[in-house]
Amino acid sequence: MNAANVALERVTQVPGVRGSLLISATDGLVVAERLMEGIDGRAIAALAANLLQRLDRAAVGAGVQSPTFVHLRGNAGSVLAAPGSNELVLVALVGLDANLGLARIEMLDAVGRLA
Amino acid sequence: MTDDIRALTAQLADEPSSLAFLELGEALRRRGQLEAAYKVARGGLGRYPGLADAHDLMARILGDQGDLAGAFDAWVEALRFDPMRIGALKGIAFLYFRAGDVPSAVEHLQRAAEIDPDDQSVSQALARVRNGSGIAASSALQSEDAGMLSPSPAEVEPAPAETSAVSTMEFLTLENGDRGLMLVDGTGLRLTGTLRSPRNEDVGDRVAAELAGVSKEAARTSRLLGLGSWQAIAVESPEGNLYMMAPTPETVLLTIRDPSLPMARLGLVAERAAKDARAWLERHG
Repeated sequence: MNAANVALERVTQVPGVRGSLLISATDGLVVAERLMEGIDGRAIAALAANLLQRLDRAAVGAGVQSPTFVHLRGNAGSVLAAPGSNELVLVALVGLDANLGLARIEMLDAVGRLA
Repeated sequence: MTDDIRALTAQLADEPSSLAFLELGEALRRRGQLEAAYKVARGGLGRYPGLADAHDLMARILGDQGDLAGAFDAWVEALRFDPMRIGALKGIAFLYFRAGDVPSAVEHLQRAAEIDPDDQSVSQALARVRNGSGIAASSALQSEDAGMLSPSPAEVEPAPAETSAVSTMEFLTLENGDRGLMLVDGTGLRLTGTLRSPRNEDVGDRVAAELAGVSKEAARTSRLLGLGSWQAIAVESPEGNLYMMAPTPETVLLTIRDPSLPMARLGLVAERAAKDARAWLERHG
């Protein structure tokens, strides 16, 4: 199992995580994915990349560095994203019951190992 | 009614003499159910008139209701029973600051700092009050509220509903070493608030322009991924954490704080600010 799949495996083992994927931050394409059946990884990748680019511009505009972790919370679940240093972003789709603290730690650790 | 409020209500009903009223009153206050919170706190104070926590709770509720004179009195009572209560010292300092009595505000913050020298929110508030940047940070909000800057908090009339939300927003900017609090409309224009970079530059308009796109992208992402409507976006960065909420479908509220403030607590701060922003929009919309 390569490093990307190990990272995805760790994240998806967190309770409440429906799937995770590694995407390219620049073009929003899927590099690797581990998703529950019926979840469209391409859509997640494209949407997450777009959102991150906008958030990055907002953060830079505010005079702070690029985001290290992002949490978009909806009323039925969340998207978590941990940008890495190599234009890759680790993204997870989680339910309302997810352990967000653990998911965050695992994602930051995993994306750090991918650098 | 949320599960925690339901559980606390049941607990208090089963055991009226318990201290569950403190938690229940605070939970109701945080949800904006101020009248219910007030009744709970008043009931608790009836049973425990010498409990500093109960007076502290009452002060926060009265402050949210805009009754600044009542809040002041309640915090004074809290200090009478617990002279080391930092929350009460900070609350009174804020009221003095609002009233234009900076020396008294500094005196109370200094007392708080002596009690807990490691409390960063106190040292940061002290620095801001001393150098006047607290005033500058919230000048946009204060200018709409100049009538409340009376000489003494004891003379402050109970604030009308119009000023209570603004006072909370000012309080938020004074507290916790903030970088800013800004409300933006759907076209990316700043409605109110201030945003400063770590180098103290006003970056509000530039960030406001970006936020319109962020809100639309968040709504699209949330909808297409089956997450329902977007509630919040938390962004961590080494130099500052950002928290975005939509007080109304057409607006975005951005709160930025130093990374030392835990993100979950920043979320609570932002939720409270969003409630205030809704009230502000109702008045100015």
